[in-house]
Amino acid sequence: MADTLASNSAADLGLEPSTKPRGMLVRGWEVFAENKLALGSLAFIIFILLFCFVGPVFYKTNQVNTNLIEYMCHPSGAHLLGCDDLGYDELGRLMIGGQTSLEVGLAAALVSVLFGTLYGAISGFVGGWLDALMMRIVDAGLSIPGIMVIIILSVIFHPSPLIMVFIIAVFYWFGVARLIRGETLSLRTREYVQAVKVIGGLPMRSVVRHVVPNAIGTIIVQGTFAVADSILLLSGLGFLGLGVQPPSTDWGSMLASALTYIQGGNYWWLIYPPGILIILVCIAFNFIGDALRDAFETRLQRR
Amino acid sequence: MTALLEIDDLRTYIRLKQGMVHAVDGVTLRVDEGETLGIVGESGCGKTMTALSIMNLLPNGGHIAGGSIKLGGRDIVGLAPEDMRRIRGNEIGMIFQDPLSSLNPTMTVGRQISEAVLLHRDVSKTEAMDRAVEVLDLVGLPRSRERVNEYPHQFSGGMRQRVMIAMALACEPKLLIADEPTTALDVTIQKQILELIDNLRQRLGMAVIMVTHDLGVIAGRADRVAVMYAGKVVETTETSNLFENPRHPYTEALFQALPEKSAETRERLYSIPGAPPDLVSPPKGCRFAPRCRYATDKCREESPVLAGETTAHTYACYFPVGAREQNVDGRLQVIEPVKVDETDSLEMHVTGDVVLSAQNLVKDFPVTKGVLQRRIGVVSAVAGVSFDIRKGETLGLVGESGCGKTTIGRMLVGLEKPTAGMISFAGKDLAKSSGRQYRRERRDIQYMFQDSYSSLDPRMRAGSILREPLVVQRMGTRSEQYAKVREMLGKVGLPESWTERYPHEFSGGQRQRLGFARALMLDPQLIVADEPVSALDVSIQAQVLNMMRDLQRELGLTYLFISHDLSVVRYLSNHIGVMYLGKLVEIGTADEVYLRPAHPYTKGLIESAPTADPVAERAKVHEGITGELPSALHPPSGCRFRTRCPIAQEICATVEPELKPYGAAKHFAACHFALQPPFEAMADAPTGSARTTTGQVT
Repeated sequence: MADTLASNSAADLGLEPSTKPRGMLVRGWEVFAENKLALGSLAFIIFILLFCFVGPVFYKTNQVNTNLIEYMCHPSGAHLLGCDDLGYDELGRLMIGGQTSLEVGLAAALVSVLFGTLYGAISGFVGGWLDALMMRIVDAGLSIPGIMVIIILSVIFHPSPLIMVFIIAVFYWFGVARLIRGETLSLRTREYVQAVKVIGGLPMRSVVRHVVPNAIGTIIVQGTFAVADSILLLSGLGFLGLGVQPPSTDWGSMLASALTYIQGGNYWWLIYPPGILIILVCIAFNFIGDALRDAFETRLQRR
Repeated sequence: MTALLEIDDLRTYIRLKQGMVHAVDGVTLRVDEGETLGIVGESGCGKTMTALSIMNLLPNGGHIAGGSIKLGGRDIVGLAPEDMRRIRGNEIGMIFQDPLSSLNPTMTVGRQISEAVLLHRDVSKTEAMDRAVEVLDLVGLPRSRERVNEYPHQFSGGMRQRVMIAMALACEPKLLIADEPTTALDVTIQKQILELIDNLRQRLGMAVIMVTHDLGVIAGRADRVAVMYAGKVVETTETSNLFENPRHPYTEALFQALPEKSAETRERLYSIPGAPPDLVSPPKGCRFAPRCRYATDKCREESPVLAGETTAHTYACYFPVGAREQNVDGRLQVIEPVKVDETDSLEMHVTGDVVLSAQNLVKDFPVTKGVLQRRIGVVSAVAGVSFDIRKGETLGLVGESGCGKTTIGRMLVGLEKPTAGMISFAGKDLAKSSGRQYRRERRDIQYMFQDSYSSLDPRMRAGSILREPLVVQRMGTRSEQYAKVREMLGKVGLPESWTERYPHEFSGGQRQRLGFARALMLDPQLIVADEPVSALDVSIQAQVLNMMRDLQRELGLTYLFISHDLSVVRYLSNHIGVMYLGKLVEIGTADEVYLRPAHPYTKGLIESAPTADPVAERAKVHEGITGELPSALHPPSGCRFRTRCPIAQEICATVEPELKPYGAAKHFAACHFALQPPFEAMADAPTGSARTTTGQVT
């Protein structure tokens, strides 16, 4: 017996001894780092986070009281990016506006993706009438013009950043749920998901241990889109004057108030900085999402 | 005979992220007019790349790095794209493996065929369509005039492959390249398609290159064979010569790894150790040397060239099989192969206790329509199947795809609920238990999936995959669980240190071992193995089959072995059950069923399966089984096989035959006109003489 098994042993298969395995995070990072665009984007996002949250410590400006003396002053030594129509320092305002935009964007994305993933995965995995019911709810949600409801809601509730997070999340999770449900439908027929049943496991285990981890690519990409979209949505609301209320602000509101003066003169420091920041941050999150999806793909990782 | 195609020292490289893959590395081949050349080899040996190089249809990053391909004396390497287009589909036709993905689902088959004609011939649309009907007639498509306007999904798998062949033939090519043309098809359909290709070759006088991994497919059809290994041709000669007198150790090993060679003796299969080399950095010297029984230092240092005593039989080996002498220090020494344990034949460890019993199993899948899930019909997947499995034995289930064998396996492991009938395991009814007890009972019956790639979670490491059953069943502490994981890895012949690897880091055979290890984790009594080796190459298949047999004896396992491949089933099984369209049509001991089939379907199945023996293969005059599997939505009345049965009569349509004993004991078949004498007739004769009598009848 020993002989017969020996001829079937590992050495016989020509297998090389394996090296000490490295952690999943290290291997994931290697794949991520291969994508130079994403690496640049990550650096940019870290810079923006530092700029918004640490910046005010070093660059102190008054962002509470208006100062009409400084009305629309040009960039100078005292005000590096000039001032806006209420005399707030523009650079300092970009910092605190960015805080709101990033906080709301990230939080809204997190809430909607978490909820949407769970909702979609359960709907797709359980199937049957429950799936039909849950998906009709999503259909109904998607058929309401979201921006209109968001406008109404933000008129009713005086929009604080926290409330903005939930208003945006309520309308964003529908799309996530539907995508994850589609992914789950194909994942639940995979044999490794069925294998859980053979070993006596409960359905919840299949969803949490197998379906969701394997849908991670879709989830990550959705998540980064959600960050970008939430920032844009908040900017859109701010643009309509329905975003967070003064003296707080966000990049969208800043852009909106600047547009009043687009005809009047060359106030470039009011328009370009917030506009370009919105675009760059959204693009950067998309690039990061792309690379993150690859990083989570075990097949692309090297030992 | 003049050479139609001459390939000389062809080198095709593919640029990948990891480096340059030397997919085809110095291949020299010749195809004469009107002959069939078989190219055999395992996956990754470069046989498909050779075929694609001829067509210049290489994948991204692939390019011909050297050598020449002469078609009728004209070098077609480096031809301008428009010149190549004129050759492709016109002078060389090609058929691919998967007829479903090769046809455009949004175009009628007629338009797809006429498209090829319009491209290469100066004809009108109606003339092209007429040609399409003509070639569809040629490939034996019934009612071709009407069906020419149908879409690919309206055709069955076998018919789609006929359409593909029709498309390849539309412009009367001089050379047809068939790349694994029947791998996706059932044996009965495979036989029909192979016969069709052979027939057309003779009628149209074209040459055929048959690319396949299956030595049986080559045996009966090819005039000459080229055996490829790791991007090189290692042996080429006439078919009969190759099978009688293989000279290259790789060819020899391939033959010895075939289960059908050991089916009667039930000896251990010879399995080629290791796996094919990485073609990014192929080994120095002979590429087969690391896996070769006869290899010496010379083989590892120098690369042998393709040569031989005659030009008709060449091989690339310093120590060809059949001439095992070697000149060492001026003396001739006979080189003996490293001895493999071959005396180890399969003993029967059947204790006789029935461990699992299925009674009248029925599984219907409802076919629903619309939002309200209205039932519009029922697919009868399994229709009243009963069988017993005894402890320590292997019951093999065979049949074409769609016969319900997989559904039975899935019902046993609890993946499907039977519509009716009972499964009792160790005396208990499986359907009755629930909750904790159900979970406890799940341990005893485990499942080994067909596709090890999709049955292992790609995001989990081998260690977690193996540990999961223990975690779910709450068995043992963490450290006990890890100890068991390592133990099982060792048992299936994988290094214990591989727990940190992901499934994609294992090769096909290794993944199948991992899948088997998972099935063993809960110490089951019965393992349902669903086509566990059908995706593997012959040499790897032998490794896995040997492992399954070794562990069966070591652990006292019972197997239900499901496969479409009769020779594999026969090699491993004590009993064989043959299924057709949801019915068990024949069941008995392996040799009884294989050597003395009582049901015409079993007989047809055995005859359809290609064997790696040119003499036997060419001597086969039987048609095999004609026609295709009827729909299980409306199964035929009476005997379900009657629509394809050569000996069916009126009674077959009205009365459903029951399983009755035939020939020797323990051999049952459901047929009104069984091919064996009934058991009762010889009830008083001693068993020994009963066997002789049945032997004479066949």
